[in-house]
Amino acid sequence: QLPTGLYKKVLVILHDSVLPYMNEPTLMMDFLTVAYGIGGAISLLALNGLFILIHQHNLEYPDFYKKLYSLLDPSIYHVKYRARFFHLTDLFLSSSHLPAYLVAAFIKRLSRLALTAPPEALLMLIPFLCNLFRRHPACRVLVHRPAGPADMSEDPYVMEEEEPSKSRALESSLWEIQSLQNHYHPDVAKAAAVLNQSLSEMEDDISGLLELSAYELFDKEIKKKAVDVPLEFEPVRGLFGKKNDIFAEHFSL
Amino acid sequence: SNPFEVKVNRQKFDILGRKTKNDVGLPGVSRSKAIKKRNQTLLKEYKEREKTNVFKDKRFGEYNTKITPEEKMIRRFALERQQNYGKKNIYNLNEDEELTHYGQSLAEIEKLNDIVDSDSDTEERGTLSAELTAAHFGGGGGLLRKKASSEQQEEEQEKPKSRKELIEEMIAKSKQEKQERQSRRESALELTEKLDKDWKEIQTLIAHKTPKSEKKDKEVEKPKPDEYDMIVRELGFEMKAKPSERLKTEEELAKEEQARLQKLEADRLRRMRGIDEETSKKRPSHMSADDLADGFILDKDDRRLLSYKDGKMNIENEEDKEEEEGEKEEEEEGEEEDNENEEESQEESASENEEDDAADSHSDLESDLESEEEAAGSKEEKKHKANENESQNMEKFDPKREAAKSELPYTFAAPESYETFKSLLAGRTIEQQLIILERIQKCNHPSLAVGNKAKLEKLFGFLLEYVGELATLDLPELRTIDKLVLPLYNLCQMFPEAASDSIKFILRDAAHDLGEVIEVKGRAAFPGLDTLIYLKIVSLLFPTSDFWHPVVTPAFMYMSQLLTKCRITTLQDVIKGLFICCLFLEYVSFSKRFVPELINFLLGVLHISLPKNQAQGYTVVHPFTPVGKNSELLLVCDKEDLKSWEKQNVPLSIVTRLKEASRTEINHTRLSCLALCFDLIKKCAALYESLPSFHEIMHPVRILLTQHVPVNEYPEKMQEWYHSALKELENKVKHYTPLICEKKKPVPLKQYTPKIVKVLEFGKKQAGSKKEQERKQLIQRHKRELKGAIREIRKDNQYLARMQLSEIMERDSARKRKVKELLGSLATQEGEWKAMKRKKWKN
Repeated sequence: QLPTGLYKKVLVILHDSVLPYMNEPTLMMDFLTVAYGIGGAISLLALNGLFILIHQHNLEYPDFYKKLYSLLDPSIYHVKYRARFFHLTDLFLSSSHLPAYLVAAFIKRLSRLALTAPPEALLMLIPFLCNLFRRHPACRVLVHRPAGPADMSEDPYVMEEEEPSKSRALESSLWEIQSLQNHYHPDVAKAAAVLNQSLSEMEDDISGLLELSAYELFDKEIKKKAVDVPLEFEPVRGLFGKKNDIFAEHFSL
Repeated sequence: SNPFEVKVNRQKFDILGRKTKNDVGLPGVSRSKAIKKRNQTLLKEYKEREKTNVFKDKRFGEYNTKITPEEKMIRRFALERQQNYGKKNIYNLNEDEELTHYGQSLAEIEKLNDIVDSDSDTEERGTLSAELTAAHFGGGGGLLRKKASSEQQEEEQEKPKSRKELIEEMIAKSKQEKQERQSRRESALELTEKLDKDWKEIQTLIAHKTPKSEKKDKEVEKPKPDEYDMIVRELGFEMKAKPSERLKTEEELAKEEQARLQKLEADRLRRMRGIDEETSKKRPSHMSADDLADGFILDKDDRRLLSYKDGKMNIENEEDKEEEEGEKEEEEEGEEEDNENEEESQEESASENEEDDAADSHSDLESDLESEEEAAGSKEEKKHKANENESQNMEKFDPKREAAKSELPYTFAAPESYETFKSLLAGRTIEQQLIILERIQKCNHPSLAVGNKAKLEKLFGFLLEYVGELATLDLPELRTIDKLVLPLYNLCQMFPEAASDSIKFILRDAAHDLGEVIEVKGRAAFPGLDTLIYLKIVSLLFPTSDFWHPVVTPAFMYMSQLLTKCRITTLQDVIKGLFICCLFLEYVSFSKRFVPELINFLLGVLHISLPKNQAQGYTVVHPFTPVGKNSELLLVCDKEDLKSWEKQNVPLSIVTRLKEASRTEINHTRLSCLALCFDLIKKCAALYESLPSFHEIMHPVRILLTQHVPVNEYPEKMQEWYHSALKELENKVKHYTPLICEKKKPVPLKQYTPKIVKVLEFGKKQAGSKKEQERKQLIQRHKRELKGAIREIRKDNQYLARMQLSEIMERDSARKRKVKELLGSLATQEGEWKAMKRKKWKN
C-alpha cells in the first residue's frame, strides 16, 4: 500500500510518537500485522509496535515466534536497525516460560548466521547468547553434551526448516561459536571462549553493546598502548617478496 | 649511655619475630646531634647570607657523590703522583723554577760536570784542582808559594807581579781551561748525537729489510749466549696455549641460525595463541632495538638480502662501512675526487643509466671503450670479446659505479621536514635513492649522537609518506615502492615503537575518513592504492599472526570495515576488494583465523559474475545486493573475449587508470578477477578446513559454485581454476563432535579453619599484584618523606629563629652595656666636674 520509504519512516516513530497517544491503539493492529508479514526491514520495524500491542493491549498473535524465527537471516547483522531488533528479541526471549526447543532453535539460528557477521555484531551476539543460556538452562546441552554420541557426520540442525519445533536444534551443538573462537578479532575470540567454561550466574548487560559500531571498535583498538611492539623477523625482499606470497601469483607491480 | 637519657617506647603486645626499629630512643643525643649538624650547615649559611665571595673547593671529587670514597682516594693519589712525576725531590717545591748562573742553567752545568767526571781526563783536572785547592784553601801561603816559585822563573824577565795580578791571571787561566774543556765536550756530544741519529736512520732500514746474512753477522758479533740462558728465556717467553674462540663451521653457523629462527617462531606461536599475555608483558622487551639491528646487519640472511640487488648492495655496504670511520676526513678528499672524476663520471653516468636495462648493453659499451684503443675491429670480434670479458665485467663495473656514485655526497643530514626529504630524493634513480637512504641511516646512527634517534624515527614517517605519495601518482611507481620497503623494514627493526606509532597514525586517519563518510552518506568508496600498499607494508613489518598486536589488529578492523561498508560500483572496486581479500588471507595464513568478511566478499564477487535470472539458494550480505545496478559487474557475455582470455596477473596500476582500456581488455580483467576469486576460495577452503563448522561457512559458496556458475561457458583455463576450487571444497570430511564444557574446578566448601598466609616479610602488605604493591610502596615512601621533610623544615625554622633571637639579645645587651658605660662615664665626669666646682666654691 505505502511506498517502502514512507513505510519505514512511519514504523520507526510509531511505537513512541503515535501509539501512546491513541485512544484505541488496537486499531493499529491490522496495519502492524500486515507490516510484520511483509518481511525484511519493514517486519523488523513493525515488531516494536506489535510488541506494545501484545504487551499492553492483550493482542493475541498466533505463530509470533515462528514469524520472528523466520525473520532471522544474514542481513540482520548488517542492517541499521540491528540494535533495535536485538533489544526486542532479547525482550521476547526473556520469558522463562518459553519451551526449550524454541530457544534452542533461536540460539542455533543466530549463531549459524553469526558466521557471516562483522565483529561489532559478534561482540554483541555472544553475550546475548550467554544470557539465553542463563535464562534457559535446558538449552545448555547445546554447549555441554557429555553423554552424546562421540562422532556425528552431519549437523542435526536443519537450517531451512521454518518451524522451530522441527529444526532439531536441541540435538545439535554450537560448533559455530567454537569456530568463532578462531576469529581474527581478539575480543571476539575471547568472548567465544567463554562458552567453553560453565557460565556464571549473573547475566551480562548487553545494552551497551547493542549500539557498538565498527569505528568505535577500531578506535578502542588503536588507542591501546602497547608495552613493546613485536616485529616480523623474516627479512623483506620487496613488496611481494614473501615466500608463497598470494599477491605474486595474481598481481603485478 | 646514661640510663636517664634513654627513652623506651613500650610495646602493648609482644609479637614473636617482629623486629622493631624504634623501641629505644636517645632524645638528648639525637637532639644534640641535630643541633650540631645545623651549626655546621644552616648556621654557616645564615652567617654567610650577605657575603658574595665564595670559597672554592678544588679537591678532586669532593662533592661528587657518585664516586666512592675509596675510588676518590685512589684518583687523588694518582693525580698527586702525576703532579710529582719527574720531580726528583718531593720536598723541593720550587723544582719547576730553573736556577741560573750567568744566564746558564745550573742544572745544565751540573750535568756537564757530571759527564766530565765520567769521561777521563782526570789528570788534567787533577792538576787544575790542585792549583785551585791551593789557591782557595791554601790561604795566602799557597799563593805566596806559587808566587815564589813563579818568581823564580820570571823574575829575570819581568818585574815581580802583584798578588792581585797573580789572582787575576789564575782566574783567567782557569776560565780558559774551563772553556776549552766545555767546547771539547760539546763537540764530542754533537758527534755522539749525530752518530745516534745516523744509526737510528739505518736501524729502521735494517729492521725492515736486513737480509739474513747480515743478521747472522750481527749474531756472530754478539757474544754467544749461554745455552742454559737460552732455554730459560725460551721457556719464559714460550707462547702459552691461549683458549680462543674456535672458528665455527658452516654447519654450526647454520644450526645457530636455525635455533634463532626456531626461538622466534616459538615466540610467534605463543603470541598467536594469545596465552600468558601477562607474562609476556613482564618479559623484558623481546628484542632490543639496537641489538636486533646489529644482528641483522651481521646476519647471513641479510647478506643474501643485499645481494638480491644485482649483487651491488654488498659491495657498497663494505665500502660504506670503511668510509664511515674516516668519513669526515674523507669528505673533502671525496669532493676533490669528484672534481677530478667529473669528466669521467659524465661519460659513465650515461652508461650507468643504461646498466639497468640489460647486460648486453653493458658489454657493448665496454667493447666500445676498448675499440677506441684498438681503433679497428670487426663487430663479431667485439662481441666475442665482450663475451670473454663478461666474467670481468662485474669487476670492471664496480670502479665505474663507484665513480658514478661519487656524485652523491657521502654524508647526509637527516631531513627535518618532508619537503627537504622529498627534495633529497627527487630526480634520483631507485638505486640512488636507496643509497641516499642508507647513508642517511649510517650518518645518523643513534650511537653516534644523541638526537639521531628522533631524526631517524622521523625519517620512517617521511618514508611512509613518500611511499603513499608514490602510490597515489597517476602512474604509481610501484617498483620504487618495492625497493623502498627494505629501508622501511630496517628502520622499523631499529625503532619499533616509533614505526608502529606512525603506521597507526596513518591507519587512524584512514579509518577516521571512512567513518566520517559513512556517517554522512551512509556508504563509502574504497580508498586509494596508497592505503592498500600501507596495509601490505604492515604485513611485511609486523607479525600478523599475533593474537593481539598494536598495529595489526587495527589494520584487521580497518580491512573488515572496507570489505563490509564500501560500495562496489566499478571494476576497480572489485580489484581493490580482492586485493584486500588477499591481504586478509595473507594476514591469517599462519594463524588460520576465521574472517567472515572474507567469505562474504568472495561470495559476493562470485555473485556479481553471474547472470541474474535463476532462483537463489544463498544470500549475499551487505556491500552486495541480490539485484540491482551493479549486480552483474563481473559478467562477461562476449564469446570472443571468453575465448581469447589468458590468465595473467592483474597489474596494480589498473586501479588508478582503467578508463583507457578497451572493452576486450576490461572483459579480460574481469575474467582474471574471477580466476583470482576461485583461487582465493580454494585457499580459504584449505585454510579453514579445521574449523568445526567449515561446511556451514562454505555452504553458500558451494551452492553457488555447483548450481549457478555456468562452468561450460568458461574457457578451459578458467574451468581448471573452478574445478580445483570446487575439489578443495568438496573433499572435506564432515566431522562433528558434540561440545563438552571444560570441567569446572569444584568450589571448596567454606571452612572455619583460619586462613594461613605465608608471610615473607613483616610489615609488608602481600595483597595485590607486584605493580600495585610497588605503587603503594612508593606512595607510602613519598608520604613518609614528605612528613620528614616538613618536620625538618620546621625544626630548621625554629633553630633559625632561636639564632636570630639570640643575636638580637646579644646586640641589645651589648648596646645596653655600652649605654650604661657611657652614662657611667658621663656620671663620673659630671661628678668630677661638680666636685671641682664645689672645691672652687669653697676656695
